[in-house]
Amino acid sequence: MPIEIDIAHVARLARLALTPDELDRYRSQLAVILDHAARVQAVDTTGLAPTAHPLGLSNVFRPDEVRPPLDVDEVLSQAPSARDGYFEVPPALEGA
Amino acid sequence: MSLADLTIAEAGKQLRSGQATSVDLLEAVIERASFTEAQLHCYLTIDHEGARKAAESADRELAAGTDRGPLHGIPLALKDNFCTRGMTTTCSSQILAGYVPPYDATVVSRLRSGGAVIVGKTNLDEFAMGSSTENSAFGPTRNPWDPERVPGGSSGGSAAAVAVGSALGGFGSDTGGSIRQPASLCGVVGFKPTYGLVSRYGLVAFASSLDQIGPLARNVGDALTLFEAVAGHDPLDSTSYPGPVPEMRSDLEAGPKGIRVGVVTELSGEGYEPAVSTAMAEMLNRLAADGAELVEVSLPTFELALSCYYLIAPAEASANLARFDGVRYGLRVDGETVEEMMARTRAEGFGPEVIRRILLGTYSLSAGYYDAFYGQANRLRTKLIREIAEVHERVDVLVSPTSPTVAFELGAKTQDPLAMYLSDVCTIPADLAGTPAISVPVGLDHQGLPIGLQVMAPALGEAVMFRMARAVEERAGFTARPAMAGLPT
Repeated sequence: MPIEIDIAHVARLARLALTPDELDRYRSQLAVILDHAARVQAVDTTGLAPTAHPLGLSNVFRPDEVRPPLDVDEVLSQAPSARDGYFEVPPALEGA
Repeated sequence: MSLADLTIAEAGKQLRSGQATSVDLLEAVIERASFTEAQLHCYLTIDHEGARKAAESADRELAAGTDRGPLHGIPLALKDNFCTRGMTTTCSSQILAGYVPPYDATVVSRLRSGGAVIVGKTNLDEFAMGSSTENSAFGPTRNPWDPERVPGGSSGGSAAAVAVGSALGGFGSDTGGSIRQPASLCGVVGFKPTYGLVSRYGLVAFASSLDQIGPLARNVGDALTLFEAVAGHDPLDSTSYPGPVPEMRSDLEAGPKGIRVGVVTELSGEGYEPAVSTAMAEMLNRLAADGAELVEVSLPTFELALSCYYLIAPAEASANLARFDGVRYGLRVDGETVEEMMARTRAEGFGPEVIRRILLGTYSLSAGYYDAFYGQANRLRTKLIREIAEVHERVDVLVSPTSPTVAFELGAKTQDPLAMYLSDVCTIPADLAGTPAISVPVGLDHQGLPIGLQVMAPALGEAVMFRMARAVEERAGFTARPAMAGLPT
């Protein structure tokens, strides 16, 4: 069964501005890979819990101690745009 | 012989006997790099100034009687997905070009406090996604045994640097085979530890449930030394194993006698080059002659491991790589809105393989598909883990080729993602299971290209894995080094 992929929707979810040609190419490549992966879906895994950590660790906490944070200037020196100690971005809301 | 060709153990002896200084070692590897880099491109950054300071400091300390241990004064290469404070960390991606981290990865801080000298940062497939180091935004690394061929990947820069002598040892990260496969293709030792034994704090995440840091070295003993320097619990990594690191030295030289060796049926046959299969068969015969007990074992789920991996790893990558959005670091391509800025930045900054995996992961995690893809793959992973545990009731270690083939030519697999993925078919099971696995060079094929043998062990079974790896190494007697054009002898 050929796999239907709404590649434009997937690219939007992934925040990737791709051209129509690129979308076409990725859709056909994904179809091949997913077709190969379909073998996984044929396996009976009834009664098996999914693995989250290979050694089974869960709910790990470190002591809640105050530690020195990263240096703000050093951190912001890597930002594409920063102002007054904040990261700066274009408007997040239309009309803002 | 140049100091660049010493093992870490030999170099350590020379440092302590006064025959050589750390500065001498550093100058030797930098001189080697000056011959080889133009052709091989192992490094993205060589930190001439920082390395020199570290080497001088190591020499002063040793002279004053302060010895930080076996890596004191040793020049090492680190894959460029380890955060290094003050030193560029790019993951071979345009999206991180020029990024200078404000902190050190735990592995880096442990190496620094152990006195190691960080020569620089090595090339990789972008965000560690690939098996050939061709997917680098800054150009491929080439194989020192034949520069027309790939070094493997994704830790191809570290593997090639260790092979050619532009570092005495190195580190990489392994998500589907990215330490072991390039080690095999470059004729060096590469080790992926039990998941959780080495902190991932400061390793730029690819697939968090699989990623593990490990060493590349010229021999098994050096690999163990490098591992010991960085292993152990780290409260900054919540997946880090809280128990003790296994004791691995006391049985290291105990030999193969009495070890039950499982030969994995599923990792043989069609697709395996005859030279690879022959080299493994010959090694198994020698081990058996010296008292190892060979057992044919079948792990049927290994047949599905690759498919399973290509559901899990891209899913986790798509989540991890969401952080590269043009806000806090790296590239930004402007847009009218924040979403447009992010989408343009990401399309511009990521290369095709990374985009392919982000799309694959986003698709398989999207509404309605999560359980059928990611959920199912992780249930299959549980099945694989149980299957391995059951086999280990009968055998102590598992062996297979590390890679079905020797190094392939540049460009041979770049147009066919699935063919490229198949080069990790032997290494992926240990990543899914979180078990330790090591690649040891066992010989050269008729073209003079290295062949690696993989030894796998149960989780936390590093002691028996290293013992068997050492036995393999001793019997292989692999001393060949790449005779690269221009390499001084």
